This record gives sequence, structure tokens and C-alpha cells, in this order.
Amino acid sequence: MGVRKAKHGGLLTAIFAVISVIYVSPILIVLMNSFKKKGYISKYPFQLPTEKAFVGLENYVEGIRKIGFLDAFKNSLFITVMSVLIIILCTSMCAWYITRVKNKLTSGMYYLCLFSMIVPFQMVMFTLSKIADMLKLGNPVGIIIVYLGFGAGLAVFMFCGFVKSIPLEIEEAAMIDGCTPIQTFFRVVLPILRPTCITVAILQAMWIWNDYLLPYLVLDIKKYKTIPIAIQYLKGGYGSIDMGAMMAMLVLAIVPIVIFYMACQKYIIEGVVAGAVKG
Amino acid sequence: MEKAIKRYFPIFALPTMAAFLIGFILPFALGIYLSFCEFTTVTDAKFVGMKNYARILGDDTFLHSLWFTALFTVVTVVVINLLAFTIAMLLTKGIRGTNVFRTVFFMPNLIGGIVLGYIWQLILNGILAYFGRTLTYSGTYGFWGLVILLSWQQVGYMMIIYIAGIQNVPGDLIEAAKIDGATPAQILKKVTIPMVMPSITICTFLTLTNSFKLFDQNLALTAGEPSNSSEMLALNIYNTFYGRVGWEGVGQAKAVIFFILVAAIALGQNWLTRRKEVQQ
Repeated sequence: MGVRKAKHGGLLTAIFAVISVIYVSPILIVLMNSFKKKGYISKYPFQLPTEKAFVGLENYVEGIRKIGFLDAFKNSLFITVMSVLIIILCTSMCAWYITRVKNKLTSGMYYLCLFSMIVPFQMVMFTLSKIADMLKLGNPVGIIIVYLGFGAGLAVFMFCGFVKSIPLEIEEAAMIDGCTPIQTFFRVVLPILRPTCITVAILQAMWIWNDYLLPYLVLDIKKYKTIPIAIQYLKGGYGSIDMGAMMAMLVLAIVPIVIFYMACQKYIIEGVVAGAVKG
Repeated sequence: MEKAIKRYFPIFALPTMAAFLIGFILPFALGIYLSFCEFTTVTDAKFVGMKNYARILGDDTFLHSLWFTALFTVVTVVVINLLAFTIAMLLTKGIRGTNVFRTVFFMPNLIGGIVLGYIWQLILNGILAYFGRTLTYSGTYGFWGLVILLSWQQVGYMMIIYIAGIQNVPGDLIEAAKIDGATPAQILKKVTIPMVMPSITICTFLTLTNSFKLFDQNLALTAGEPSNSSEMLALNIYNTFYGRVGWEGVGQAKAVIFFILVAAIALGQNWLTRRKEVQQ
């Protein structure tokens, strides 16, 4: 696809520049309000902080203390990173196995994975939280197993699609040369699967980092909160919200995502496109 | 070779299958069973047949949330896809700054539903304050608030998929249409749209299911206020489970209906648009 020159390129660029500024303005407004005194936020959200309203970092200090943001951040990071790693490792192995070994169990597993993708979380939320509770999975380590189970469907499905396209001869050659199946998988198959690993990792990470309901129901939330849970927790009873702390915590919740996005933008966008084609 | 791999079942397949059993198969099967039971925890379930399903019929909040969700889904699918497709068309013309704009439009997508809900609560309440209203003034305000929120979040995601689709349209095809004297509108209708039909299938599928299953954003933006009038299906099910004692069975029955609706929409939509795709 060669370079198509637009006739009104300059005008379009200007229009899009304006739209882009409007597009990010909600985030900027939250950022601005995070430096204002509580009482000034709801009443005048669009006003720049005047001298009277400016409180510096007070909202941040207050918010971090109130909801234990640092712990929540640690939990979120641990759960997301570990779950994604385990999901990639386990589901890629499983997908290779069920594509290469054909029997009733493996084909049944494949169709169940397909099926699980159209089941909404509300269908299983009550029973899943009870089962997780019985098995003592209500902690940051246990929830990884829950994520592996509930996230397996999409991941196995995507890996299977890719494994099918790998020529069998490569693996056979490795096995003839004396590789065990485990060596074959880690030295031959997994490196070929790398692009799919990145796609799956990005889709799962976006989901798990932002997930609210599953950790809320599964985790023992008196002890462990994730960032979405901590933010919802600020709302408290009867709809009273500390708007200052809320603004500051929203900013802190967005900043890591923006940094992550800027650092891996290329992979994220490729991952989304690749994931969409397969999904 | 198959035989050699087969022996390694415990290492390769067992961990995922065990987790899948715990995380999906068991909860799903138990969920179906419990929808026919009266219970407060899993262990005290008592079989009552179709009673839970019958009780749903008498629950006005469920019918309201179903209607609200259906309308919301239709509106957001149309709005998001039209906006995303238009932006994608404009951003594939090679104008300056395309990459920056793409980056900006996609970003809200990475922010979680709860955080988005509170961001927009501030913005929309701030605007509505000039008219002496709030988001929870009536269900209509909540409805359009959610439409704006979800569009803001998802237009970028769909745009990325559309851009990939549009860039896959062979340039000579458009060239040929131009030489044959087709107007830009004709090229769009007769060449571009049929060629990007796979992207349209995916995007409508994603927006349909995302809108229909929306929960976090709903909870954070209005929490269903005032008096359940901006409550969507997923939130209604949640509130039935955890907000009303003695209604757990009804909540589970609602969840089964919800699942059937989502499955029907997903399969139906897939079947409908797949027929319209052209072979490349």
C-alpha cells in the first residue's frame, strides 16, 4: 500500500489535533482536580486551582493512607504479572498437547475452551467465589489458579490456532534427534509461539489488571485489595466520597498504565489486532 | 510422536485442565444446578424446580434492566462502530500526526472500568451542574452518561481493528475502481466496506458483547441510581445475589438467562455477518 496523499491533509491534521486535546481532557481535568481542596472539586471541576483551593500533594498523602494504595498496587502488580506468566506457560503447553494428541478428552477440552469464551462472568460468579473460598484460594497466590482457570478458554483457543499452523516436520526432526517432548516444546515450539505469547500476554494483562468483580468476590478483601477494589472502596457507605483522595487515586491508577502503554505501544497495538483476528 | 507426547499428560495438560475445572467447569455446572434450587450457600441447596424462573417474571427491576441493556447495546454498537470506522478512514489517508492521534484515541481503552466510571462521574456531573442536574437525576441521564463513557473507552480499540482492515484492502482494487469512474462514495460502499467486512464482524461482535455485559462502568458511574433505573443486567444480577437475602436462587436463574442471551447474541451475530464476508 503506497503513500496516498490526502488533499486536505493540513486541515485534517488541525481538526484531529483539536479532537485529540478534547479526547485526553477528562484525564487532564482529573489531574488538575487532584491538587484542589475537597470542597472545590465537585462544585467547580473545570476551574484551575486558585491559591485558596490549591493543596499540593495533600490529597495524595491522604488517599494513599486511606485505602492503602501501596499495598493495593503491590497486590495488583503481583497478581497480574504472575497470572499472565502462569497462563502463558500452562496454556501454551496445554494447547500444544491437545493439538498434537488427538482423543476424546483433548477435543472435548478444546470445545469447552471455545464454549467458555461466551459465558459471562455473572453466570459463574457466585459458585466460583464459593469454590475458591472452600479451596482457600482467597489470597494473591490462590487467585492465580482462578485466573488460570477462567482465562484458559481464550488463551488455549488462541494458542491452538497457532500451533496448528506449525509444520509437524520440525517437531519430528527434533524428536528424531533425541529431544524429549519437554525439550521439543521449550526449545522448538515455544520460540515459534513467541508472537502469540505476546498477544495473549497483552490481552490477559489488560483484563486482569483492570478486573474488579472477580478479585472482589474471590479475595479476602479485608486483607488484600487490588487497585480497582481500593478505588471502589473509597466510595464508602451511603455514597459519600472524599473527592480529593478520589482524584489523587485515579491519577495514581492511570499513571502506571500510561507508562506501560508508552513503553510497549507497538506490542499492544499489534496484540490487539492479532487477538481480534483470531477471536 | 503422538505416543511419546501422550505420556506427558500430567506435565503438559493437567495443570490447565485442573484449573479450568476449578475456575470454569465446576462453577458453571453448579451454577446451572443451583438455578433450580433455593439456597444461601452452596451446601444448603434445596431443589425447587422452576420456581426461581417464575419469580423472575414478577421482578420488575429485571425487565427494566433487560430493556435498558438492550437499548444501550443497540445505541453503543451503532455509535462506537460509526465513529471508529470514520476515524479509521480518516487516519489511513496518510495525514501528518497519524501515529500521535492513534496513540491518543487508543489510550482510554487500557484504563479500567471502575476508574473510568469515576473520571466521567466528575466530568459529567460538572457539566450537568450548570443545568442544576446530576447524573442520578433520572435513568436517562445515566443512560447517556454510560453511552459517552463507553464510546470514549472503546472507539480507539475498534479504530485500531478497522485501520488494520482498511490497510489490508489492496491499493490496486481502489485504483481500478477510480479508473472505472467510481465516485468516493461508490468506492466506499462497493469496495472498501465489503473488503473490511471481517473487521466489521469482529468489531460489532466485540461491541455487542462488551456493551451487553457491562458491569464495572455501570457500578462506578451511577451504581444503578436513582432507584435501579440506570441498572444494567449484569449489575441487576449482582444486586439480586448480594443485595437481597433469600433471592440467591433467583439471582442464579437470572444469570442463566443472561448467559443464554449472551450466547444467542454472540452466535447469531457471528452467523449473520459471516455470510456477508467476501472471499479474498
